[in-house]
Amino acid sequence: MLGTKKLAHVGDECVSCGACVKECQLNAISIYKGMYADVDKNKCVGCGKCAKACPAGVIEIISKGAAAV
Amino acid sequence: MSKKIKKNWYDYMWIFSVTYLVLGFFNIIFAWLGLICFILPLAISIIHGSKAYCNKYCGRGQLLDMLGRKFSLSRNKVPPKFLRSKWFRYGFLTFFMTMFLLMLYNTYLVFAGASLKEVVTLLWVFKLPWHWAGTTAAPSWVAQFAFGFYSVMLTSTILGIITMILFRPRSWCVYCPMGSMTQGICTIKYKGENKDGRKSERDSGIVEVISK
Repeated sequence: MLGTKKLAHVGDECVSCGACVKECQLNAISIYKGMYADVDKNKCVGCGKCAKACPAGVIEIISKGAAAV
Repeated sequence: MSKKIKKNWYDYMWIFSVTYLVLGFFNIIFAWLGLICFILPLAISIIHGSKAYCNKYCGRGQLLDMLGRKFSLSRNKVPPKFLRSKWFRYGFLTFFMTMFLLMLYNTYLVFAGASLKEVVTLLWVFKLPWHWAGTTAAPSWVAQFAFGFYSVMLTSTILGIITMILFRPRSWCVYCPMGSMTQGICTIKYKGENKDGRKSERDSGIVEVISK
């Protein structure tokens, strides 16, 4: 195993309000064509700030096995 | 690294929201300005195909965020799941638009000769006398629309404040009728598009939830 990487995962019920975008200091999250928040997996470090800011509570911090990437 | 240091002009749109509510106490005709908050998000989503209004320019969202975070008025709890469900969001949008059409009908009645009702209706039920607010020399129907529109704006602000206190600061954004409408427009506009199949990530079973 090479360890795990944490990153934000946006659920299907995202309302694309953009609260998460304002919170992310790494510009790792954006609103994709007004439909949902999209996480840039290369930039996201899984700090969880977006998850705390999400008014709908649809963002989770997930662990993605490095071996599976 | 941080992008928080520099503020943009649109980060101060909350001032517009506060000013709007205050002006309604002095002259109800200012309520017509609220149409900007209706037309602009729709125009942006239809023409530009985005929710830039919600994401950047919504003064109410900024105001609720400020009240909830800077003034610590929010319990900061995740709202119940039903609030973000499609049936509730689109159901509320339908209800909201029905009440809006009723308001337009009342405006028509005044235009047709009915008497002006100088009241602001809160939460679609409670009628507050609002006779102190000036109506300038505007025709009765113009004033009636203003009373009706101000009622809509004040009601939605109150709902926003209640859910801001109970849940997270911008909980109103979850069921905001304009937000639901503009997201629906974008979804229709980009039907079938899904950036790199992001929704398959969880289904693949390689992820594990750490926190929420």
